[in-house]
Amino acid sequence: MPALSHNNARRDIALAALAGITPTPGVSKPDPIIVVDNVVRKFGGLTAVNVGHLEIQRGAITALIGPNGAGKTTFFNLLTGFDQVDEGSWTFNGIKISGTPPHKVARMGMVRTFQLTKALYRLTVIDNMLLAATKQKGESILRAALPFLWNAQEKAATARSEELLTRFKLIDKRDDFAAALSGGQRKLLEMARALMVEPELVMLDEPMAGVNPALKQSLLGHIKDLREDGMTVLFVEHDMDMVRDISDWVIVMAQGEIVAEGPPNIVMRDKAVIDAYLGAHHDSTLEQDRG
Amino acid sequence: MDFIFIAQQSFSAALGVNTIIFALAAIGLNMHFGYTGLLNFGQAGFLAVGAYSVATLVVSFNFPLWLALLVGILNSIILALLLGLPTLRLRADYLAIVTIAASEIIRQIARSATFNKYLGGSDGITGKFGKDFFDRNPFKNGLDTPFLRYNGNDLWVVVTGWALVIVVLFVMWLLVRSPWGRVLKSIREDEEAVRSLGKNVYLYKMQSLIIGGIVGSFAGFVYALSRQSVQPDNYGTALTFFAYTVLILGGAARVFAPIAGSIIFWFLLVFIEQMLRQAVSAGYIPEWLIGVNQVGQIRFMLVGLGLMMLMIFRPQGIFGDRKELALDARA
Repeated sequence: MPALSHNNARRDIALAALAGITPTPGVSKPDPIIVVDNVVRKFGGLTAVNVGHLEIQRGAITALIGPNGAGKTTFFNLLTGFDQVDEGSWTFNGIKISGTPPHKVARMGMVRTFQLTKALYRLTVIDNMLLAATKQKGESILRAALPFLWNAQEKAATARSEELLTRFKLIDKRDDFAAALSGGQRKLLEMARALMVEPELVMLDEPMAGVNPALKQSLLGHIKDLREDGMTVLFVEHDMDMVRDISDWVIVMAQGEIVAEGPPNIVMRDKAVIDAYLGAHHDSTLEQDRG
Repeated sequence: MDFIFIAQQSFSAALGVNTIIFALAAIGLNMHFGYTGLLNFGQAGFLAVGAYSVATLVVSFNFPLWLALLVGILNSIILALLLGLPTLRLRADYLAIVTIAASEIIRQIARSATFNKYLGGSDGITGKFGKDFFDRNPFKNGLDTPFLRYNGNDLWVVVTGWALVIVVLFVMWLLVRSPWGRVLKSIREDEEAVRSLGKNVYLYKMQSLIIGGIVGSFAGFVYALSRQSVQPDNYGTALTFFAYTVLILGGAARVFAPIAGSIIFWFLLVFIEQMLRQAVSAGYIPEWLIGVNQVGQIRFMLVGLGLMMLMIFRPQGIFGDRKELALDARA
């Protein structure tokens, strides 16, 4: 695990790769890690998600924003296999993964966190971390009762967990129950735990929800570090300051569809985005509305 | 009042055959409920399958006992698969509904006139199907001490039964402290989180159901062999609920809880019964208040009262950690 790196080498690479791309919905990217085609999810008569074409650039931090009920979390659930689409398909690293169950999606290197943090409360912090280690021999029922077969691997995983806990400043809580952590610390634990899977793509569902301002800064730093460590980040967020601060690219959803995408400073001024958040007629007078 | 007799009866029960049966049933439930969070309300079904496999195969089909035991284990695995395949993908409460119904279906099939020839209908099966087992009994004379008293056959069941409990418990201990056990405990906490980290939750839940079910069938073996008979109504829902009582008394998700719970449960049941019986016959309790024939029912009321007190003052059970229990509030 590389030490906390505060150089921005990877950010410059990501920005260079994304520079000059026309900011229109569905535009193709030079090196997409995810390519989505015609994904539709309906709940009864409501079309929650209807995404024609979308590409997520590898090695960049991409934000997915939009007003409440825009379908962001549903879209996340679909991509990670937690929900089933009605139509459409998508690829991860060029491999079609639509219809793949969530645990297989995670094993392929695409790991998500949840809007409502899912720390495993009656497990210790270190056990939360160890659970996420991949390819554990001791997780097979045939080997579980024979510790000499998995002890060495367990030690290595413990060392790696402790390194990550140190990096996320949770090492003091190592043997506490996860339930004893504060809301913000649980967010940190969930992110650290996701890294134990050694993902290529980290998908964060509202990483800043319920986190106090001081911890927000450190979370922002950790997310930037993911990119510097070579990971791709896709996150859902409502906090616009954070979106502007850390994202290389912003995708805007409204009523299930992608209404805009582009670099943060351009997207924030986009008419479609302002309409989506504030309504199409927000600056027209009532008389004109009647007319 | 004969206190020596009361002590002898109570301690013999505390380490006796019933304690072994309920300890095994609760060890299975501990795997399901305590570690994996599976709400199995049909543990009696696994005991019935174990007990009837032995009795039917030996009496009606002349199987040697060892083979009947093996087939009994196989049958409990089949039952676990039948229960789990349709329900483990659903929410936990559905498993509770299906398992309680399944155990009743098993009991009703065992009682039915249709299979009377093999399963003995409502009378069950009585026979010398434990002959292979009791022929090996080295303790023909039994045991008679001031504190423990067993006849020859019971002593053999008690000795082999506790050996079985210790072996099963040791395997359980190895399993739950392994990374495999960690996955089970995580599933109990939050299935979706475990899925998001790349574990096949369905597979682990099935493995847990099968292992707990096999241990349940062991309890059925002991039940059948110790009595040399099986009766369908012994495998009703009350059996499952007593097994849960034993487990929660000891403290769920604690390896030794089922043993401690079962010992305490049976000690109290017999101790209270003997005390009441002697107090009534000695005239300390007037006949108009409690008659000798009512003692059997009243002991359950008093044990029930005791359990209510336990849940109020020590909800985590004997071995549990109150702080850990409080965490369930999802603060």
